[in-house]
Amino acid sequence: MRRLVLYSLVSFVLVCVITSCKNEQELAFGRYFANGKVLYENHCQNCHSKEGQGLGLLIPPLTDTVFLKANKKELGCFIRFGLKKEIKINNTVYNENMPADDHLSDMDIAQILVYVTNSFGNNQGYYSVLEANTDLKNCK
Amino acid sequence: MKNLIIIYLAAVLLQSCTGENKNTLPILGNRQVVEKEVNGKMVVDTVYQTIPPFSLTNQDSVVVTEKAFDGKIYVADFFFTSCNSICPIMHRNMLKIYTKYLNNKEVKFISHSIDTKYDTPSRLKRYADKLGVKGNQWEFVHGSYDAIFNQAAKNYLVTAFQDKTEPQGLVHDGWFLLVDKQKHMRGAYDGTKDDQVEKLMKDMDILLQEK
Repeated sequence: MRRLVLYSLVSFVLVCVITSCKNEQELAFGRYFANGKVLYENHCQNCHSKEGQGLGLLIPPLTDTVFLKANKKELGCFIRFGLKKEIKINNTVYNENMPADDHLSDMDIAQILVYVTNSFGNNQGYYSVLEANTDLKNCK
Repeated sequence: MKNLIIIYLAAVLLQSCTGENKNTLPILGNRQVVEKEVNGKMVVDTVYQTIPPFSLTNQDSVVVTEKAFDGKIYVADFFFTSCNSICPIMHRNMLKIYTKYLNNKEVKFISHSIDTKYDTPSRLKRYADKLGVKGNQWEFVHGSYDAIFNQAAKNYLVTAFQDKTEPQGLVHDGWFLLVDKQKHMRGAYDGTKDDQVEKLMKDMDILLQEK
């Protein structure tokens, strides 16, 4: 019995040590992703759909990893100020207006972007609120 | 053994009852009991609400009346092209139903725009094109404010109104209304919910079996 207690104690300590090895950024990523999912459901999902597939040629899908990567610094601007210009997603032209959502904070936008760029087949990692601060200041 | 057979027979009987109920849809809306003369005798009859004649303009700027729906079952809804709340969900679902019944001569769709000011036929055409809808199996119709809002409130019994306090200025339900060949409303389904849309497609199959 004593042995059992000892073993379980040792393994518990080991697990603690291993999980604490997860660095700060990984924890932040998890937090951003979880919050971003909820924000996405409330602010983006109606149009872009649960699976990020969009709707016909009216609403573009969020599955074009190349586009998302190339425009990473501008994605926040699209959310806050809307999108009026023509874009090419998965080799298809989309030119309907995307409405602006100007009551989302920089943090909200960072979290939404972490969710979008790491869902629907995308896997682009972390995007901090500090990066969002800078990128949103430089919106054209 | 004898008991077992009785239980089995009872079970079969019970099942056949529920089966029968499943295969008819109710007639929705108001009904009136009228007395009329048939062959010199007074008889009592129930008159069910029907969708009355209408005249609206579709995405090809062609007048659409109730005659386009004669001998067909159809699904009706209310939306507007710039709506970014429930409309994309509704039409993502409607597109699924449309695709299932594509080119079925007995099935039609009609989407009424409640943005009577801006959703002109040319805008509706652009919307239909981008949704991937060709031909006129699915009509996107434009009409006067009164025509559209009366159609919603009086005939399809759904909510649609202008509200300046709303972000987009217009309020409407997400209902899909199923209408039969006699122009009776036979079902109302929440067009934003997957399970309701599944039920609608099952009910359409039932309705298509009716004569």
